[in-house]
Amino acid sequence: MDYFLTDTQTEIQNLARRIAQEKVKPVRAELDEKEEFPWEIMNILAKADLFGLYIPEEYGGFGGGAFENCLAVEELSRVCIGVSVSFAASGLGAYPILLFGSDEQKKKYLSQIASGRRLAAFGLTEAGAGSDAGGTRTTAVLDGNEYVINGTKQWITNGGEAEIYTVIAMTNPARGSRGASAFIVEKGTPGFSFGKKEKKMGIRSSATRELIFDNCRVPRENLLGKEGMGFLVAMKTLDKSRPGIGSQAVGLAQGAIDECVEYARERRQFDQPIISFQAIQHMLADMCTQTEAARALVYAVAKFIDSDPKDVSKASAMAKLFASDVAMKVTVDAVQIMGGYGYMREYPVEKMMRDAKILQIYEGTNQIQRNVIGAAIIKEAAGKKK
Amino acid sequence: MNIAVCVKQVPDASEVKIDKATGTMVREGVPAILNPFDAYAVEEAVRLKEKHGGKVFAVTMGPPQAGEVLRHVVAMGADDVMLISDRAFAGADTWATSYTLGLGLKKLVPLDLVICGKQAIDGDTAQVGPGVAENLGLPFIAYVRKIVDMSDGRMKVERLIEDGYEVVEVSLPAVITVVKEINAPRMPSLKGKMKAKSLDIKPLSAEAIGAEAEKIGLVGSPTKVMKVFSPPSKGNRERIDGAPQEQAARLAEKLREMKVI
Ligand SMILES: Cc1cc2nc3c(=O)[nH]c(=O)nc-3n(C[C@H](O)[C@H](O)[C@H](O)COP(=O)(O)OP(=O)(O)OC[C@H]3O[C@@H](n4cnc5c(N)ncnc54)[C@H](O)[C@@H]3O)c2cc1C
Ligand SMILES: Cc1cc2nc3c(=O)[nH]c(=O)nc-3n(C[C@H](O)[C@H](O)[C@H](O)COP(=O)(O)OP(=O)(O)OC[C@H]3O[C@@H](n4cnc5c(N)ncnc54)[C@H](O)[C@@H]3O)c2cc1C
Repeated sequence: MDYFLTDTQTEIQNLARRIAQEKVKPVRAELDEKEEFPWEIMNILAKADLFGLYIPEEYGGFGGGAFENCLAVEELSRVCIGVSVSFAASGLGAYPILLFGSDEQKKKYLSQIASGRRLAAFGLTEAGAGSDAGGTRTTAVLDGNEYVINGTKQWITNGGEAEIYTVIAMTNPARGSRGASAFIVEKGTPGFSFGKKEKKMGIRSSATRELIFDNCRVPRENLLGKEGMGFLVAMKTLDKSRPGIGSQAVGLAQGAIDECVEYARERRQFDQPIISFQAIQHMLADMCTQTEAARALVYAVAKFIDSDPKDVSKASAMAKLFASDVAMKVTVDAVQIMGGYGYMREYPVEKMMRDAKILQIYEGTNQIQRNVIGAAIIKEAAGKKK
Repeated sequence: MNIAVCVKQVPDASEVKIDKATGTMVREGVPAILNPFDAYAVEEAVRLKEKHGGKVFAVTMGPPQAGEVLRHVVAMGADDVMLISDRAFAGADTWATSYTLGLGLKKLVPLDLVICGKQAIDGDTAQVGPGVAENLGLPFIAYVRKIVDMSDGRMKVERLIEDGYEVVEVSLPAVITVVKEINAPRMPSLKGKMKAKSLDIKPLSAEAIGAEAEKIGLVGSPTKVMKVFSPPSKGNRERIDGAPQEQAARLAEKLREMKVI
């Protein structure tokens, strides 16, 4: 479908598509098999200026918004979301700085992130704090002109590979959710190390690791916003970035459709191509309809976010929720259409189905997205009565 | 460091058809692309700029549409372009082309280095690089596969030869042609694409570069094409398809059948 993209948006889409097709597709199976971080591809994306799509020009970016970023993420995801998450997670790490950073912090860090010279990552989750970020145990204590951070973050995408981390830690545990703060921590800071690299079901080329803080001292000026704003930073960051997960989902679903349509035209059983069976056509029809609906929603939400409204939580959660559920279903059906071949590692849909599951889990599980949407519905309804 | 790259617009080789009657290439309707070898020249120039600073100029001689390859190389990182275009240049052979490009390049002086592709995939002569060097009166090195060092007005390179490579040193400015072993050309960048899009390319005429009428185009081309033909197909051939292992096995089997091995 034509979404009436501007010339610039079409250029972004074409460039990301070309990189995905020419540079990512040929190596995706190997990256998955070897669980190897896609550095070479990150460098290509950096040279192509794609890391700075949503970063203002004054900080070395391209000056686009969430929508431009979504277009690039979708194209990369069409061939491999292990690669696209490594790209997108740098954005997740950058948003706290973009949204809450001082001019100095922005100048210093955003330009590095925009150029792709350094990757970023976002550290919120801990062993005891998943859906419930209130369970955060990592602490940061001011000592002179430095904060001393202690604790362990878990399952941080780009962990070990990224050089700029935005991390949530408790500065005042007694104040509960108002006692958290956000910090910028650079790789190489004494007392900051990485735990083991996780072995995962899917997105195996991406790096998922622990961030270990052992009396890690960061300068006071690395505090993002003010003390006590940590969870606000986290929530606003996720509001901005969730449509990106939606785009991963749309791209992945489209990639699976691309593969199985081609296969269904070639594969012959009962003396005819299996695509001539209505049962197959109907599955494909549903897959395509759902994917297009997801795309339309994600695009609409991303553009809505770029109009800078006050509250985007509900719309942003919807984009992530709907698209990721679609991606899961579509990839399961893609394997079904390809039968036993679909189940084999030789064909890409096997990986796509494994990869899809993460989209329903990270950046807030889909149950949590429904909670967010539900809370917004209640709030809106209550507001109307007055 | 100022570097010029000579780039040529060529028909996309994957789409080329030969006119059976005339034996010449059908150019109409065939998409035009940057000569693949010239992408290596551009990449090397941009890398040198990134390392030593300076500017990269891309120069082409061709019809007005050749401006498109200039946009492509700007998207890859070239800073400025020169389109040499005039009906009077039509029919130029390598001699006239080298003369014309040389005049264009002289307008960019002072240059530290001129880089050309190894050869063009259509004309295929590999003569324009050396021809340009001759016209500029500069030293020339063909088939460079690596620039080892560049300092104090000198450059050390490795040049590919049939069974290995030579290490050659040259004073700058100089002209080189590069082979595909030298680098992996980058994808265009987004900012480059935006810059390329808004680029206003003004063609330079024969007069603008000060060309002598009898030295350009068909008139200035000593090459006379006597005959163009496609080599006759040898017939009686068999194609072996399949995975490399299968192909090899099948080939060995055939050769055994023919009692060659
Ligand atoms: C590969 C990978 C990469 C990740 N990358 C990052 C990263 O870069 N940065 C980061 O900070 N985190 C990251 N995470 C963490 C991720 O965001 C969390 O896993 C996610 O938020 C869920 O937390 P949990 O796994 O602890 O699940 P839990 O919170 O333990 O949830 C378990 C189950 O209970 C359900 N549940 C929990 N609470 C409720 C409720 N109130 N109502 C209904 N159902 C509920 C959940 O939906 C889920 O089904 C990553 C995780 C993975 C697996
Ligand atoms: C026998 C013969 C007959 C020919 N007949 C015709 C004909 O009838 N009609 C016709 O149109 N052409 C004809 N040509 C082609 C024409 O002469 C060449 O295309 C042209 O002179 C460039 O030479 P080349 O393509 O061999 O380039 P090469 O010498 O192989 O190119 C080497 C490098 O020089 C540079 N370069 C070459 N050309 C240009 C350019 N125009 N602008 C900028 N850089 C450049 C590039 O960096 C390139 O990689 C003929 C050529 C031959 C040999």
